[in-house]
Parts: sequence; structure tokens; C-alpha cells
Amino acid sequence: MSTAISIQQVHKRFASLQALKGISMTVPRGAFFGLLGPNGAGKSTLISIMAGLARADAGAISVMGHDVVSAWRQSRRALGVVPQELVYDPFFSVREVLRLQSGYFGLGRGNEAWIEELLETLSLAGKADANLQELSGGMKRRVLIAQALVHRPEVVVLDEPTAGVDVELRQSLWRFARRLHREGHTILLTTHYLEEAESLCDEIAILNHGELVTRDSKQNLLARYPWRTLHITVDRTTFQLPEALVPLLTSADDNCLTFRLHRERDTIGGVLAALQAAGLTVVDLSTEEVGLEEVFLRLTGQSGEDA
Amino acid sequence: MSAGFNARGFYTLFAKEVRRFLKVTVQTVLTPMVTALLYLLVFGQALEAHVEVYEGIGYTAFLIPGLMMMSIIQNAFANSSSSIIQSKMTGNLVFVLLAPLSSLEFFAAFVLAAVVRGLLVALAVYAVAVLFVDLPLAHPWAIAVFAVIGSATLGALGVVAGIWADKYDQLAGFQNFFILPLSFLSGVFYSIHSLPGVWQQISHFNPFFYLIDGFRWGFFGQGDASVALSLSVSLGFLFLLAGLGLYLLRKGYKIRR
Repeated sequence: MSTAISIQQVHKRFASLQALKGISMTVPRGAFFGLLGPNGAGKSTLISIMAGLARADAGAISVMGHDVVSAWRQSRRALGVVPQELVYDPFFSVREVLRLQSGYFGLGRGNEAWIEELLETLSLAGKADANLQELSGGMKRRVLIAQALVHRPEVVVLDEPTAGVDVELRQSLWRFARRLHREGHTILLTTHYLEEAESLCDEIAILNHGELVTRDSKQNLLARYPWRTLHITVDRTTFQLPEALVPLLTSADDNCLTFRLHRERDTIGGVLAALQAAGLTVVDLSTEEVGLEEVFLRLTGQSGEDA
Repeated sequence: MSAGFNARGFYTLFAKEVRRFLKVTVQTVLTPMVTALLYLLVFGQALEAHVEVYEGIGYTAFLIPGLMMMSIIQNAFANSSSSIIQSKMTGNLVFVLLAPLSSLEFFAAFVLAAVVRGLLVALAVYAVAVLFVDLPLAHPWAIAVFAVIGSATLGALGVVAGIWADKYDQLAGFQNFFILPLSFLSGVFYSIHSLPGVWQQISHFNPFFYLIDGFRWGFFGQGDASVALSLSVSLGFLFLLAGLGLYLLRKGYKIRR
């Protein structure tokens, strides 16, 4: 698969803060790529360098084969960025800002049909002639997406697109992002919602303190941590836990016990048998598979437990 | 550096900047016109009978070109500087920065829009003033040239100030402590020959003096300095500020991190 975004040894410093410490990775063409990391990890700085909003101290980034410094016009034409903040120009209507953005990219009246299609697709047609100031936050968010897509970029960057939006809009933005991906766009998504990355992305990179912690397919990342959680409620609050189960126990609250089981070494049947042998009766039981959140917390060192 | 000139991108940004100020014409054209006319009314009425700066030319007529150029100076500066600071503060400058627009295209669009506003305000002042005063047009080419150079120069200074300022307060300070005094002390209301010797000398270091003097020469065929000197200094000031503006934009000073 060819490369949509190539990032090679990118360094960036802001005063005393080393924001990026030699990041290298590639985003394949056609991927739905998640860029995750806690606040201050360097995600936004990396995107800013990619989009020409910041300059790297060292290293190189190219978008669809175009270097963002030496071939900046081509790289910017290949990239559509949906900014994180709800920014807008209060002087113009929705249709006007789309025409302006189209014009900045050198596109003329030939792009009108696409602008109208974007207005329809993003349910903005009814407000096309309304001033941006009159729109709700959700509508302004959709206008930002339309502005990012107005020049038909091959690569779309969604920077925290669902931060602070309601559930309904989040679902509709997810549907739209999936549609863009199906239509052949490469999507780079940064998000704080791990559930979002798990649901949408097929490839994931995790940044922490300006370094690339990992970059892998979602399946491999999840498989890298073969743990699952077992919640059991027993029939009494005072009891002696069998010796064999002590290393597996992660928490105990009255008669509710939580175990962490290794997919290959430990079995649910084994736990139940040990409890029964100790004279305990299981009243309730549920299991939880490991999620991206757990992977993320372990890789970024935000979890107190060892992997 | 990616070669070529994104002509449509430049034109779109220029047209957007013009439409931006046309959407608030009361503030951007009518108010400065009324202000200039109030100056004309007050100073003209008070001094018409007492002051004759150039032989055969009434004080009110003398005042009009100065007020026109002062309007150009203040409004061309306000146009580019306020638009840039507003875009920086609200964050919508990002839409221009994400686009394939070069520093030159960005700079030229903002400066040209400032020229349009400067000329529009000057024309508005002229159109109303000539209803009351007979104003000669000795060298129309000079009037046009100095009007364009003046508005382009202040448009360029506005780009520089808009990029430099982090908040409206700093921009207001720049406008009130630099632009306003220099424009008032540049010979709008008087000939510098009426000043004491040392102030005459100091006035020659004020670039706005040459803009006003050259512009006034276009109307009356007389001035405090030679038109060649006024043209040279004005062009030099324009190139200096254009160079500074382009340099800041290329470096991404305060707009690209």
C-alpha cells in the first residue's frame, strides 16, 4: 500500500519544551488512522507542522508525496484540516465562506456544484445564506468540515472533531467520517475518546511526551494485551480467598470480586472451580474484554498496573 | 519553495477583504468621511479669514488635500491591521494559513484592499468637500500616485502592526501613539514653513509629511518640499515596509509557530 503521510525524524521545540522528539511514522493511503495521546503529547504540533501552521526544527513531512516545506502548495492541496476550535469568520454566510475557501485553493465557479453537494450532505443547505454567527455549535462544526473538504483533499485531518458535541451529532459525524473513508479518503483522526478511535480506526499511533510510543493496527494493539476482566459476586462478605486466585485479584468490594485473567493462562472455569472448592457460591458473573483505553493507559504510563 | 502565483487565491483574499469593510460601510467609509468634514468645517471656518498658506489659495482649499491624505493614512492602516488582528484573535486566520497562498499573495491582497478603502474614503471626502470649495487639480497624476502610495504604505504598515500585535490594546496604542501623532504633525493643517526652525527640521523626518506634501502638490502645483523628494521618500518608505511585512510573513512571525 502506498503512503499518504510520511513523517521522518520530526523535532520541534517551544522554548524549554521539547514538543516532538524525533517522530517517524507513515500513514498508508486509504487508512482510517488514529493519532492518540494525552494532552501535551504532541498531536496538535505534529498536525500543525503537517498543515504548514508550524515549522519543524528538524525532520520532514510529506503529504501524498509532497514535502510540506519544499512543495507546500501541493501538500496543502492534498490536505484538508478540520480544526479543533470552533473558529469562524463573523462577516460571512455559510455559502460565502465555502466559496472563499474554494477560491483560496485556486478553484472557481467549476467548484460550485461540489459546494452545493457539501451543503446538502452536511445538512447545511437550509442555513446556507445564514451568517455564521447565527448557527449552533453543531452547525459551525459541520461548516468547518465542509471548509476542509471544499478543495476535495485526498487526506482529511479531523482534529478532535467530536470534542464537546452531543451524542446525536457525534454519531452523525462518525457516519460522515466512515463515508469519507469508504469514498477513498485517507483519514487522520486525533481524539481523546478512545471509544471513538476503537470504533473508527484501523491503524493507530500513540504519542506521549513528544515520542511515538507505538504504531500498529488496532487488532495487533488489542492483541498485544491479552487480558480480560472477570467480575464475580459471591454469597457472603467474609471469606478466605483461595491462594491460587490471590495473584489474579485486582479489587474486592464486600462480596464483589474483580479478577484479571490472561487469555491463554487463566480460565473462567478455573476461577469458578477454585471458588466452589473454597465453599463459596457464585451469585453473579460478568466479563469485560480489554479495550483500547486500557492499552492506551498502559502505553502512556497512566495506569498504575503492570502490563 | 513552490513556484507560481495563485492568482485566484490572491484575488479571492483581496475581494474578501474589500467585502469585509463594505459590509460595515458606516464604520469604515462614512464615519471617517464625516470626521474629515467636521475638521474641515471647524478649522476652515475658524481660520479661513486669517490664514493664507499659499498665495491665492484659501485655507479651506489648502486643508482638503491634507484631510484626504490623513483619511487615507488612518483608514488604510485600520483596514489591514484590524482585519489581521481580528482574524488572529478569533482564530479564523487559520483558513488562510491552511490554503496554498504565498506570503506575497497574502501581503498583496491585504495591501490592495487597504488601498481600495483608502481611496474610497478620500474620494468620499473630496466629493463632499468640492460642493463647498473650488479645488484646483494641477497635476492629477500626482494626486493618483500619492494616494495609491500613501494607502499602500499604510496598508503595509497595518499588515506589520497586525502581525506584531497580540491584542487590540497594542494595536490601539500603535494607532494612537504613532499613526495619529505622525499624521497630525505632518502638515495636514499647516505648512511646515510656518513652524520654528527646529520643528521644520524634525518634520522632514516624518514620512507622512512627504505623502501629504506630494499629494497637495498634485492639487496646487506648490509644496513645502520638491515633488521628486516627496516621491522618492514615499516610495522608499513603502518599499521598506513592504520588505518588512513580507519578511515577517515569510518567517511566519507570530502567525505560524
